Amino acid sequence: MAATRLLSDDARKEIDRELAKYPAEQRRSATMSALRIAQVEHRWLTNELIEEVAEYIGIAPVAVYEVATFYNMFDREPVGRHKITVCTNLPCALSGGADAGKYLQQKLGIGYGETTADGRFTLKEGECMGACGYAPVLLMNNHSMCKHMTPEAIDKKLAELE
Amino acid sequence: MTVYVKGVVFEGVDFDDPNSWKIDAYIKRGGYAALKKILQEGITQDAIIAEMKASALRGRGGAGFPTGLKWSFMPRSFPGQKYLVCNTDEGEPGTFKDLDIIVNNPHALIEGMIIGGFAMGISVGYNYIHGEVFEAYQRFEAALEEARAAGFLGERILGTDFSFQLHGHHGYGAYICGEETALLESLEGKKGQPRFKPPFPASFGLYGKPTTINNTETFASVPYIIREGGQKFLELGKPNNGGTKLFSVSGHVNRPGNYEIPLGTPFSELLEMCGGMRGGKKLKAVIPGGSSAPVLPADIMMQCTMDYDSIAKAGSMLGSGAVIVMDETTCMVKALERLSYFYFEESCGQCTPCREGTGWLYRVVHRIEHGQGRAEDLDLLLSVGANIAGRTICALGDAAVMPVQGMLKHFRAEFEHHIEHKNCVAPGY
Ligand SMILES: Cc1cc2nc3c(=O)[nH]c(=O)nc-3n(C[C@H](O)[C@H](O)[C@H](O)COP(=O)(O)O)c2cc1C
Ligand code: SF4
Ligand code: FES
Repeated sequence: MAATRLLSDDARKEIDRELAKYPAEQRRSATMSALRIAQVEHRWLTNELIEEVAEYIGIAPVAVYEVATFYNMFDREPVGRHKITVCTNLPCALSGGADAGKYLQQKLGIGYGETTADGRFTLKEGECMGACGYAPVLLMNNHSMCKHMTPEAIDKKLAELE
Repeated sequence: MTVYVKGVVFEGVDFDDPNSWKIDAYIKRGGYAALKKILQEGITQDAIIAEMKASALRGRGGAGFPTGLKWSFMPRSFPGQKYLVCNTDEGEPGTFKDLDIIVNNPHALIEGMIIGGFAMGISVGYNYIHGEVFEAYQRFEAALEEARAAGFLGERILGTDFSFQLHGHHGYGAYICGEETALLESLEGKKGQPRFKPPFPASFGLYGKPTTINNTETFASVPYIIREGGQKFLELGKPNNGGTKLFSVSGHVNRPGNYEIPLGTPFSELLEMCGGMRGGKKLKAVIPGGSSAPVLPADIMMQCTMDYDSIAKAGSMLGSGAVIVMDETTCMVKALERLSYFYFEESCGQCTPCREGTGWLYRVVHRIEHGQGRAEDLDLLLSVGANIAGRTICALGDAAVMPVQGMLKHFRAEFEHHIEHKNCVAPGY
């Protein structure tokens, strides 16, 4: 394995905090958190990053690949600086969720799963985020929920983002 | 947006006060009194479980299984480690109540879990939190810190020899992890693929150890039951349907939101609380218990009361309490197309009937919606459905079929119109 360290000391400390939640012989339980922490730091999960996570936790790389490919919020391909996931499931769609998705596609000039040419935005279609009462909802970079995203609110939000 | 009407989970919570979730505010409104009562008055495990049974609390995660009974299945004297797990993976389309619980009243859940741990002789718990709500996960972690600092959580709670550790576990986007055995696999750091049952989690759960799993709202109801008594909780609702329940109302109403109301409240009253139909339109249909529940047309729904028995009698299920309201402009084919896509997308792929069948269902509904339906398609949908239901490892298979069956039972004419005329009777969502 290459000697370069991809995970920062802070990321390692954060992973340690997650590892401490589980029995000593069940370090694998922290895989999801470790991948999340790695992805926040590097935006998407390269093979090298996944292998470093596996090494840090002390489990087989294949076990980490398995997790990285199963869960929707992990990105195995490059994404833009801002990943926007819009919920278009039925409860949201009844209150403008699907329209918000269409508006974003139009405004950004990309389809779902695509990234703008300047690398600023990636747009994804998402499933229920457990926030249907606040529709339309967008999830920014997996971790920040934006509620009641009317076209005006979308314009405002996008303008704030570099 | 959460509307406190009358209930146990949000009793005393001030939704306009940004500090209302904190431990001081929680204690001021009677929080942790139930835990203190148990530990200081020497209330026994049997007495707690008896109180839970008396309350007629039914699991709020979807299946409605009696909580007291579930707790009594736990092998309390099992010598090794046992686990308590909370299911906050809320991903059933239409459901957003557990999010509001951990954001606005996380200590009710924490206290409920500590009491559950005591009652079943468990010393370690995890709360599995839905991936998309990271901010809620952070809130839960902050509340855990408060509870530890106050001596309610951790080693030797309140100076007794009872210890209980509790941790948050953040998911990362997979509906199937709401299914309890998939959740356990995920908690173990694997793909979230459901296990065959039996063995049930009470004998083979997390890390192969006896485990009890309950929904967030279920646990958050426990402190009230212990503080006020099971009988009082029961009387808030109706027989066999004890207590109050959170209903997440979405769709074509004026005020979508969470409404905590007594089980047995007429649907018509709930609709009024939500400010009625948006734009004064006419009610067409309601999915009364999350996307997996069969749809009910307006006339049937308006006769129902909001409880497990009434909704079951009407041919649907109360499920997670997610009430999806659709007005006269809603195209039922389009609505079903979106739901069928969801199950296809979220099938974990382990069982052939589910993996292949959900794809079929989606493709057939999709072609009907897009004017390419064939006369035999409706029977085809039902036959594909029959080949999925009951033939899979977990209930996601059934969950994919029930919306199809409900739609064809009540709105078959609309599907036939689509096939025949290649257009909609209603303009859209
Ligand atoms: C596909 C599927 C998804 C589920 N999603 C959830 C969920 O998001 N939250 C939940 O509490 N239960 C969910 N359940 C039900 C759980 O398997 C389990 O019955 C429940 O967590 C038990 O808690 P309770 O007895 O307190 O309701 C789901 C079940 C299935 C089959
Ligand atoms: S029914 Fe579907 S989701 Fe459930 S285990 Fe089988 S393939 Fe997976
Ligand atoms: S359907 Fe969009 S958050 Fe639930």
